[in-house]
Amino acid sequence: MTDVRTPPVLRVQDLHVRYGRLHVLQGVSFDVPATGVTALLGRNGVGKSTTLKAVLGLAPRTGTVELAGRDVSSWSVMRTVRDGVGYVPEDREVFGDLTVDENLRLVGKDVGVEAPVVRELFGDLLARRTQRARTLSGGQQQMVALARVLLRENRLLLVDEPTKGLAPRLVTEVADVLARVATTTPILLVEQNLPLVRRIADTVVVLDAGQVVHRGSAAELVGDPELTTRLLGVSMKQGAAGD
Amino acid sequence: MTDFVLLVVTGVGLGALYFLAASGLSLIYGLMGVLNFAHGAFMVAGAYAGWVVVSHLTGLAGGLALAVGVVAALAVGALIGLVVELVLIRPLYERHIQQVLVTVGLSLAAVAAVQGIWGPDARQLPKGEWLSSTTSVAGAHVPNDRFLFIAAALLLFVGLKALLQFTRLGLVIRAGVENRRMVAALGIDVQRTFTVVFVLGSAAAGLAGILGGVYASSVTPGQGGSMLIYAFIVVVIGGMGSLNGTAVAALAVGLVQQLTNFYAASGVGDLSVVLLLALVLLLRPRSMEGAR
Repeated sequence: MTDVRTPPVLRVQDLHVRYGRLHVLQGVSFDVPATGVTALLGRNGVGKSTTLKAVLGLAPRTGTVELAGRDVSSWSVMRTVRDGVGYVPEDREVFGDLTVDENLRLVGKDVGVEAPVVRELFGDLLARRTQRARTLSGGQQQMVALARVLLRENRLLLVDEPTKGLAPRLVTEVADVLARVATTTPILLVEQNLPLVRRIADTVVVLDAGQVVHRGSAAELVGDPELTTRLLGVSMKQGAAGD
Repeated sequence: MTDFVLLVVTGVGLGALYFLAASGLSLIYGLMGVLNFAHGAFMVAGAYAGWVVVSHLTGLAGGLALAVGVVAALAVGALIGLVVELVLIRPLYERHIQQVLVTVGLSLAAVAAVQGIWGPDARQLPKGEWLSSTTSVAGAHVPNDRFLFIAAALLLFVGLKALLQFTRLGLVIRAGVENRRMVAALGIDVQRTFTVVFVLGSAAAGLAGILGGVYASSVTPGQGGSMLIYAFIVVVIGGMGSLNGTAVAALAVGLVQQLTNFYAASGVGDLSVVLLLALVLLLRPRSMEGAR
């Protein structure tokens, strides 16, 4: 369980994102505890992925983003990442023309498919080290995308819909990896799969129309069918299998 | 048969010159998304830097003086590229219309500046005895400067391939050509990579400029403009950002131009190159987007 006395690793206050006339995030505020998984939930198009991008600096933002107590709102993406924020984007965005090993070596000259964390969590990638990433399955690409950020020392991981489009067996594998990672690194997770959220998330933040409409424990939300239907438009029965 | 050999070797030599002019343009667009209309100005800068050096080294043998001139052309191309990237291009990333306006303006200003300093007339470029003579290949008397162009293009091609394939900078460039936003999201200094690529591309333009001067035996303020047109045709045919594509397209353009000029009629070569471009765009309309 989250220790409420520990300062949050991430504090977002009054975050706004505008794309031209489109006001995507409208004053989003929430904290991410220093341990465990915080799930960012909501219907399609409410601004979940945009929130992750805005935290990292990939989306044009106003408002305050504090990382471990420091205001990083004016930092570049590169500086934020180097300060320990790992980002796994929606749709993986691996470099298709590069091999698996090259995708990993991008992170640093001394890392690659032989790194201990890769061997431990993504052993299948070893045999595919010289394979071009575009020829991998969706699940394998997700493993590359996750491995890529885990090669760094992270103080926070931003993970965007890691199980999207994956077969149930792979969903379980990804969930296992995230659960193991979360024992040492806090994760802000965008996810539609409620059973997976119930399994690995401690706290939830629910967005609707670019605003936070609910904060609380994952167990409470997922265990309340009326609340999940009202906030997310789905119930546990409709959520994809994740456990 | 002798004519054919001569046409093929000189066509390959011309293609090599086009590759020198186009490779930097292609890399710069592929990684940075910058359509650099000032690339021709960098060629002119390289050409005149080389010409100034060669003109002042009258005591040296022609070939040696030209070698020093080539180094000067590379250095001036790189230096101007560095300044232009830092001062003009960097503030305008992702602002494509402004980039076009600035680089077109820069190319016009550069030509005017060169005309103002050295006048509008062509300046003869001494290239030494060997480069002015020919070598017999299967009975065809091939101008020796074509071998210089081919050697320079091969060196540049192999050097760039080695850079892209075997160095960390090359790895970042290849990833950046594919998805530069994600490269930044991995904490990699894309900005520094942009600068290095722009400087490399500009140095290659400087080299193309001085060797273009060798081809014409003179340098002129307008030579960059005409070479830039062919460079753009080559990168569009080859696919923006693709070094292999640029090399193949440069060879194809050089050969088609040379062969049709001889076997059809003088001047048809330029038309055939434009037709080749149209054909590629019809069959592969996404060629303009290239590797990005």
